[in-house]
Amino acid sequence: MTEIAAESMRATHDWSSQAARRRVKRRYAADRRLQFYGIAAIGTAMALLAILFTSLIHAGIAAFTTTKVELAIFLDPTQIDREKPAEANYRKLVRGAFKAYFPDVTGRSQERELYKILSNGADYIVRDYVVANTDKIGQTVKLLVPVSDPFDQLYKRIIPRQIDALSNDRIILFEALKQQGVLSVVDGSGVAKTTVYIDPSKVPLEGGLEAADYDAMVKEGLRSLFLNEYSRSYEEIISDAAAGNLKALVASDPSLVGKTIDVELPLAANYDNLLLAGQATMRNPRFSSDDEFAWFDSLEERGLIANPFTWELFFNADSRFPELAGLMGALSGSFLALLVCFLLSFPIGIATAVYLEEFAPKNRITDIIEVNINNLAAVPSVVFGLLGLALFLNTFGMPRSAPLVGGMVLALMTLPTIIVATRAALKAVPPSIREAALGVGASKQQVTMHHVLPLAMPGILTGTIIGLAQALGETAPLLLIGMNAFIPSVENIGLTQPAMALPTQIFSWADSPERGFVSRTSAAILVLLGFLILMNLIAVYLRSKLERKW
Amino acid sequence: MQQLRIGASEMLSTVKPSLAESVAETKITARGISVFYGEKQALFDVDVDIPKNSVMAFIGPSGCGKSTFLRCINRMNDTIPIARVEGTISIDGRDINDPELDVVELRARVGMVFQKPNPFPKSIYENVAYGPRIHGLANSKSELDGIVENSLRRAGLMKEVQDRMNEPGTGLSGGQQQRLCIARAIATSPDVILMDEPCSALDPIATARVEELIDELRETLTIIIVTHSMQQAARVSQRTAFFHLGKLVEESETNTIFTNPADPRTQDYITGRFG
Repeated sequence: MTEIAAESMRATHDWSSQAARRRVKRRYAADRRLQFYGIAAIGTAMALLAILFTSLIHAGIAAFTTTKVELAIFLDPTQIDREKPAEANYRKLVRGAFKAYFPDVTGRSQERELYKILSNGADYIVRDYVVANTDKIGQTVKLLVPVSDPFDQLYKRIIPRQIDALSNDRIILFEALKQQGVLSVVDGSGVAKTTVYIDPSKVPLEGGLEAADYDAMVKEGLRSLFLNEYSRSYEEIISDAAAGNLKALVASDPSLVGKTIDVELPLAANYDNLLLAGQATMRNPRFSSDDEFAWFDSLEERGLIANPFTWELFFNADSRFPELAGLMGALSGSFLALLVCFLLSFPIGIATAVYLEEFAPKNRITDIIEVNINNLAAVPSVVFGLLGLALFLNTFGMPRSAPLVGGMVLALMTLPTIIVATRAALKAVPPSIREAALGVGASKQQVTMHHVLPLAMPGILTGTIIGLAQALGETAPLLLIGMNAFIPSVENIGLTQPAMALPTQIFSWADSPERGFVSRTSAAILVLLGFLILMNLIAVYLRSKLERKW
Repeated sequence: MQQLRIGASEMLSTVKPSLAESVAETKITARGISVFYGEKQALFDVDVDIPKNSVMAFIGPSGCGKSTFLRCINRMNDTIPIARVEGTISIDGRDINDPELDVVELRARVGMVFQKPNPFPKSIYENVAYGPRIHGLANSKSELDGIVENSLRRAGLMKEVQDRMNEPGTGLSGGQQQRLCIARAIATSPDVILMDEPCSALDPIATARVEELIDELRETLTIIIVTHSMQQAARVSQRTAFFHLGKLVEESETNTIFTNPADPRTQDYITGRFG
């Protein structure tokens, strides 16, 4: 009997068969595969996050310091009125003090170049200093004033002294010309040999040879080199000085008019470099001469250049000059807008959620309201922005660009988040607590206010802070109601004053052409991320603290 | 509505000699109680009289309607939107479904202890003080302290918690938590305490403590206890009601139910043939 049973068991399933062993092996492999997928996914996510942060920090770190030059300024009492210290000619004072470092710089054009090293805001910085320290009038003070953006970038090695200027197709074009033998080196500089027709029709009757359009003649001559080329970009191959050379040539020999002559036109600096050194580089267009480098280097050698931490990034208002631009306007605008958003959405959101969850009868109407609230949480923020624009600005006539309206629009989009989070938190309160409170004779309102709401508070606060963090990073609705106003002063901060917000500030800086705004943008993003992390930490802290209180 | 139950006291004398002299008068009268959850009827036409200052046990298999009936007595079924109760229940001759009657006051006077200990996530003191405070039973802090102390003492918990009144009630052991819930229920000086399987989540030692407590409280209170344990019903109650499929099958002295039941279904249940 038992043998038969054992026999039939073996017949139905052999646990030690090949197939069974293979199945076990496959199961282990599947387990490992699943784990590997999970680890790979986490790894990818972490790597992307790391890339994001490294690139942001790499780009943004430079904006946390500003290159400054130390000026020794004599606050001349004959020029600064002690009664009205703000009205003196500080531009003259600053420039005088700076010029004193370079006694050998003469001539207006050289001086103008020299002053380009200083930031445009230097005058105001000195003025503000004097207004705050009137007792220093009559003394020589040493002040750090920022240098202008190109020099700031140069000092931080963000832009090299020379930058690559030619694209690949230009280089191919250039190589083709070299093959034709058009290019050659004369007296250590590159020239292009071509023929130019000194066109009498381009010599005007009035002014004669002096006023002739030599530039057009040079371009005509160049065109003969590029018969199959329809783009005019090849014109950049010749230096701007070519027209002047031709003019000098014709002036020395007026008989050339009406003739076609062979000329050697000087190459533009970057093509000249390419021909001589084999490298297509050119001077950064923001620096017009080698003198500027020399002056800046000499300041550096004398130890007058410093690169301190820039509190101005946080305490300055916005500016067109990147070295002066700060986030004060954006921070205060975002703070006020978030405050309005919180004051509106927190009580309304909680009241709505409590009513729907604890008191409302369950019927078709409350079902529809529920579904709609859940759907509102998924509506794109730009739609709320449009609603704010149409309703608050156009219908109610509220002020444009104001944090009040910004906060109201943000409240519209935070409300669904808070309501959904609050309802989830209320649902999570165990029914036994409600029964316990009802059992000792608490009314519905007492049950809710004394027991359910306090127990749900950690969840509600977490949801609220996450909602607010979302609102802090929201750009589109603020752009629509104009909360991207350019505010170059921190004096007019208020709920109904035009303002900026952090994300719109990032948006506007990212749009600016100045090189310094690249790092400012990254720095502003870092500041925004810092606030988001801070808010999340507060949420975590509140959650753990309130939960411990039970 | 009050009626005398002379026969009962004689029978009880065999179970609880201390009650032999007293004359039990009716505290709660239920007539024609039917409960519907939506379309489904959970309780069919229950009539029962519950005597004062005694313990009545409701027994029966799961889903038989004993908890549903218990929750009718302090109108906890009102909090379930789909529940509908028919019939009348009166306590001391007063109809509890009278629209004039305040349900909150009713629940303060008919305390309830639940299956799972459910102290508020607050301090031990606050747990007990909450009821008296919302009903304005104490005029001063010292009076409130007195109520809390007295309730904890009656619940037999005072000695164990007197040094940690401000620690959370949820930090106590399961049995202590349940006694805290009983202290909370008696703090509003109710006449009636409803207990819905109060010992089902407790170990035997904690159960014994709670049963002792029920026996002590019986001197001043009317207690109705729902239980799955027939031994418990036999130990703590003077009268027992057997529910089956939403109907009250049999109600009489505990002794009678367990020794000489009138209905064959009761017989089957107590001998363990079903349920």
